[in-house]
Amino acid sequence: MTDNANIDTYRRRFLGGTATALAGLSVAPGVFLHEVAQARPADEAVTSEVRWGMLIDTNKCANGCNDCVSACNEEHGLTGHGRPETDAQWIRKVDLRDKQTGHTQSLPLLCQHCEHPPCVDVCPTGASFKRADGIVLVDKHICIGCRYCMMACPYKARSFIHEDLQDQLPHAPRGKGTVESCTFCVHRVDNDRTPACVEACTAENHNAMVFGDINDPDSDISKQLRQHSSRQIRADLNLNTGVRYRGI
Amino acid sequence: MKQQIQFREIDGGMRFYSLLGFIGLFVLAGLGAAYFMEHNGHHVTGMTNQIVWGTPHVFAVFLIVAASGALNVASISSVFGKTPYKPLARLSGLLAIALLVGGLAVLVLDLGRPDRLIVAMTYYNFKSIFAWNIILYIGFIAVVAVYLWMMMERKMNAYTRPAGLTAFIWRLILTTGTGSIFGFLVAREAYDAALMAPMFIIMSFSFGLAIFILVLMAACKWSDRPLGDLILYRLKNLLGVFIAAVLYFVVVYHLTNLYITEHHGVERFILLDGGIYTNLFWFVQILLGSLVPLALLYHPATGKSRGWIGIASLLVIIGGLAQMYIIIIGGQAYPLELFPGMEVTSSFFDSGINAYAPSLPEVVLGVGGIAIALAAVVVGIRVLRFLPVSLADDQVDPHHAGKTAEATA
Amino acid sequence: MRNLMQKSLRILLSLTVMAGLPASASAGSDSLLPAVPEAQDRYSATQGCVEPTAEMRRNHMEYILHQRDETVHRGIRTKQYSLEQCINCHVSDAPDAPRYKNDEHFCSSCHSYAAVRIDCFQCHADRPVKTPGMNSLSGHVESDNKPAALSAEPHQALATEVISHD
Repeated sequence: MTDNANIDTYRRRFLGGTATALAGLSVAPGVFLHEVAQARPADEAVTSEVRWGMLIDTNKCANGCNDCVSACNEEHGLTGHGRPETDAQWIRKVDLRDKQTGHTQSLPLLCQHCEHPPCVDVCPTGASFKRADGIVLVDKHICIGCRYCMMACPYKARSFIHEDLQDQLPHAPRGKGTVESCTFCVHRVDNDRTPACVEACTAENHNAMVFGDINDPDSDISKQLRQHSSRQIRADLNLNTGVRYRGI
Repeated sequence: MKQQIQFREIDGGMRFYSLLGFIGLFVLAGLGAAYFMEHNGHHVTGMTNQIVWGTPHVFAVFLIVAASGALNVASISSVFGKTPYKPLARLSGLLAIALLVGGLAVLVLDLGRPDRLIVAMTYYNFKSIFAWNIILYIGFIAVVAVYLWMMMERKMNAYTRPAGLTAFIWRLILTTGTGSIFGFLVAREAYDAALMAPMFIIMSFSFGLAIFILVLMAACKWSDRPLGDLILYRLKNLLGVFIAAVLYFVVVYHLTNLYITEHHGVERFILLDGGIYTNLFWFVQILLGSLVPLALLYHPATGKSRGWIGIASLLVIIGGLAQMYIIIIGGQAYPLELFPGMEVTSSFFDSGINAYAPSLPEVVLGVGGIAIALAAVVVGIRVLRFLPVSLADDQVDPHHAGKTAEATA
Repeated sequence: MRNLMQKSLRILLSLTVMAGLPASASAGSDSLLPAVPEAQDRYSATQGCVEPTAEMRRNHMEYILHQRDETVHRGIRTKQYSLEQCINCHVSDAPDAPRYKNDEHFCSSCHSYAAVRIDCFQCHADRPVKTPGMNSLSGHVESDNKPAALSAEPHQALATEVISHD
């Protein structure tokens, strides 16, 4: 629990001092521009006031480092079956080499949690959906395993479960015949924690991944996004991804 | 003097039961394959996280497309008022429903969770073209069933034309929907084209008619009912027109892509160095599935031979399956272009062409779908009056008795 | 007719003994009735399960289904009706404890008796799992379990009935 404490500080700080100061500065006393974002109570639904996002700095992402991937696999019990073509991968490391210049880069690729996700558009049953806070999920209870979302996803972010599974973790239910993908560690986010990949990256002191509320101008991620240029993968599709990259 | 067309069920003798039993074996094998796949999970198939729609989808989409095309013969008679086609209208409707049921069976049995079919019927995302297709497919069966009823119940005959018109419009929308399943996929280079919808419609004309010709010839032959040259030649000439139209759309599709630099990669893949996909395209889809049947159908010698007409129809079907294979599997085999100008390596097959090899259960399931459709036709013409007693020239067109049998469509 | 009545009476009887509470051990004496394992804990001093036992026996699936959609789609993570908490309380975390495929598992003990097939455990954990590093639910249990959310009176009446079963 200590390992993620500092990651959450920016949020906590915002809950306390910053927000009050800001509110005092802005409108009238007692009128808050932003609802003080206390850790959301368990019985309260997520709202669109928050939009979770991630900023990945490829300059800090170490070539050959796989910590985010291992952390994700461990967190969700994604054990392979020795069949790389059908084994699930929610996050993967991608190495790039510019054909023209020879410049190389490494970056993690995961569900981009689009504002306009093609997977949600095409899903016949509505099993693919976007939560109010921008997290794109699969409701595996109503997923029929048609795989149309996998056809539609521009990022190949989704995996189909090709076999029976045993000993799943309570917070990461997954089973044969349904499609799955990165959940932004929704079970952690709902408990006011950061996703496992970000936690692992920070623990290694790479700090290449930042997670936070991009609707909150004072969040660490918003500040960094404002300060530095970043881009979306396949920005041409105009999906307004929740995951942004620096250095590509 | 207008003659009344006579329809009668086929006889239920030894021939009927052995044919049904033979087809039934393929149906059983298909169901067994589906059970094997669902029981073990899809890792026993050729599909992967890269190629998510495999051989069953090739068969399923082919059958669904062909289903709407098989209805064309009925539409020509009821909507466009061509009387020579009237005796064929019932069989056309039956074949349309049967092919759709066969295709849907394959599609459903290849789902990750076929046990949740009820979910697909009760939860709808109306932005999904797939969800619309579910409604269009079920509606198609209902609309064609009503249309058949209007045709077969004498008291209802007056309503045949409006029912036929409804079915015709419905089938156009249906195939538009099927084509749009691919046309709406913005992410993949090979799809994402509005042309997909009209191309699928014209493909349906061709595939559906090819299957219809074969089924008609087989049904007449095995039930010892005369099938005159007049109607057969009309059908085969029409098939030739449809083959040429499909070719036209294929050319336009590739020309457009060849003009757009962004799409050069995928075009190069399909047309030049895609290995199996390139071979399938040039040798099976274009040569065997289009040019050869065109030549066979229009050549003065082969065009008058029933054997060759049958072979030409069969080639159109094989070419159509190849075309579906290239569209569905070739389209996924070509990798997603996430980082233009970059060489990509990852543990998740982001680089290079994705490999796919059809597995036996997938093929058996696909063939099972065809068998389901054929079994439905065989049972249908046995229990109800779908097949005319005679399709001899004088029955098809009484005014034609004196003229030559060389008809044009 | 008489047979039918006897049969339905037996089913009714068995329903009252099954599920949702520290089950009466005497059920085991009639081999036809399911032997439902006892829960690890009580919801409150007066109430065995999160709703009156009779209600849970009949309608537990409704509560779980409702909670499922609330959690998945709206991010509501209260514990009272969460499947994970059902499992945590009703299934032993002993390594050799029966799993769902075994009829001695809490859920299957009754489902196999009633011939109800569910697919929950194709995906969900069928036994309590302590995940180090995941503070998932434990942190909230206390506050959530406050019976404040429950209207006390009718529950109490039923709860006494439950206790009398014990």
